[in-house]
Amino acid sequence: MMPEMIWKLIEISIIIALLIPMAAMLVWVERRMIGIWQDRLGPNRVGPFGILQSFADLLKILGKEDWIPPFSEKLIFTLAPIIGAVCVLMSFAVIPFSPDIGVSDLNIGLLFFLAMASLAVYSVVLAGWASNSKYALLGGMRAAAQTVSYEVFMGLSVMGVVLLSGSFNLREVVLAQSEGWFIQSQFIGCFVFLVAGIAESHRLPFDLPEAETELTAGFHTEYSGLKFALFFLGEYLGVTLISAMSVVLFFGGWLMPAPLDSWLPPLVWFIFKIAFFILFFILLRTSLPRPRFDQLLKFGWLVMLPLALFNLLATAFLKLMGVL
Amino acid sequence: MIAAFSSIETLFYLAALIAIIASLKVVTQKNTVHALLYLVVSLLAVAVCFYLMGAPFAAGLEVIVYAGAILVLFVFAIMMFGLKDDETKYAPQSKGLTIWVGPCLLAISLLIALLISLDNAEIQHQLSATVISSKEVGILLYGPYLLAVEIASFLLLAGLIAGYHYAKPDAQGGHL
Repeated sequence: MMPEMIWKLIEISIIIALLIPMAAMLVWVERRMIGIWQDRLGPNRVGPFGILQSFADLLKILGKEDWIPPFSEKLIFTLAPIIGAVCVLMSFAVIPFSPDIGVSDLNIGLLFFLAMASLAVYSVVLAGWASNSKYALLGGMRAAAQTVSYEVFMGLSVMGVVLLSGSFNLREVVLAQSEGWFIQSQFIGCFVFLVAGIAESHRLPFDLPEAETELTAGFHTEYSGLKFALFFLGEYLGVTLISAMSVVLFFGGWLMPAPLDSWLPPLVWFIFKIAFFILFFILLRTSLPRPRFDQLLKFGWLVMLPLALFNLLATAFLKLMGVL
Repeated sequence: MIAAFSSIETLFYLAALIAIIASLKVVTQKNTVHALLYLVVSLLAVAVCFYLMGAPFAAGLEVIVYAGAILVLFVFAIMMFGLKDDETKYAPQSKGLTIWVGPCLLAISLLIALLISLDNAEIQHQLSATVISSKEVGILLYGPYLLAVEIASFLLLAGLIAGYHYAKPDAQGGHL
């Protein structure tokens, strides 16, 4: 085998080996931060500051019976959580972590991300269908409607960035921001992208597919053990992915804020920015109530779609006028 | 260089084989959702073929539009209506061989055309040599093919208005 191919494989394995434990740690980070914001302690028993909580959770989940209900569609029931986790992990392939770290410089990187995001919905929909239970089915149907709608705005909201950078290649998008981050002109696009991103990864306040107050646990009602863990992993990887994408598209990727000199390596800047967005998503989760399902769709089509279209038109106009 | 080229060719034939097998499975499956999943696999394989032939933009759109949006709506509809096993006795396959003949002839002629073009060294060279970027697609769509794009968008708008009309509640003048 060619040596560069081996290096690529090593790079991929390192990225995966860092991403998955990080996503697992996020469970602890989330519970701990919510605790602090709500003036209580959160999980603090396992290890110093409770840092080993995720490890304990993992052991517990591995010890549980991996049960497939007899009334379910067995093959698809098993396949669904795998599709979800794999689609999210695949998206990380096009993310440029730093000037020389990143799995692939695909020239349609942004489209690849959108494609993987739209394939990830199969995980939830199929889980809902294969479970053969009413709650799961309702959750799956909500997921399908919600994701297909919010995908439209997500795609439209990033087109402003494509207009400004002139490329679908995410590395070139970052390099195009060395004169100034795109958030300066694309603040509407960034807002739409963040909202659509939360809806895509169905986190609170857009967690209607699994709304536990009305649907037990929605699409993963029937899941337990390792398969449930895969759904969980997919969700936290999704949060990381949306944070990484917002940083790459609107906040200059690995580039440092303009006034500061390069006294930190680019990768550290990238991780700082991602951490900021992850904490922002966790804070949103604790502070916003869940909308009703029809309100969610109405908000999407009546507010987000016009906003995204306006952003695209205004960006195109300003670009033609030579302002941007 | 030669090794890389041959490996791309192998990948292409592998993807094409997957597409063919998956497409066959689509029409022979009895379970509707399984058939739809095979259709998704087939579309993904076709997207890989596009990518390997130097059309990454078309490949991306194939996945986003067909596999990611349209087939999700199919799955959604099947879930809504609770279809499980295909109602085989009503399916056209069981109504004798005559109904197969026309589509088979068309498919065979298509296959012959494909074989001829695959056999042609010049076409082969063109397929593997050029990469069509999204910019070129955009320039073509909004240049020579502008009229076709406009007509297609009118058609879609008409469909949208019709859908809106049917979906309105009876009290507001809609009817189904």
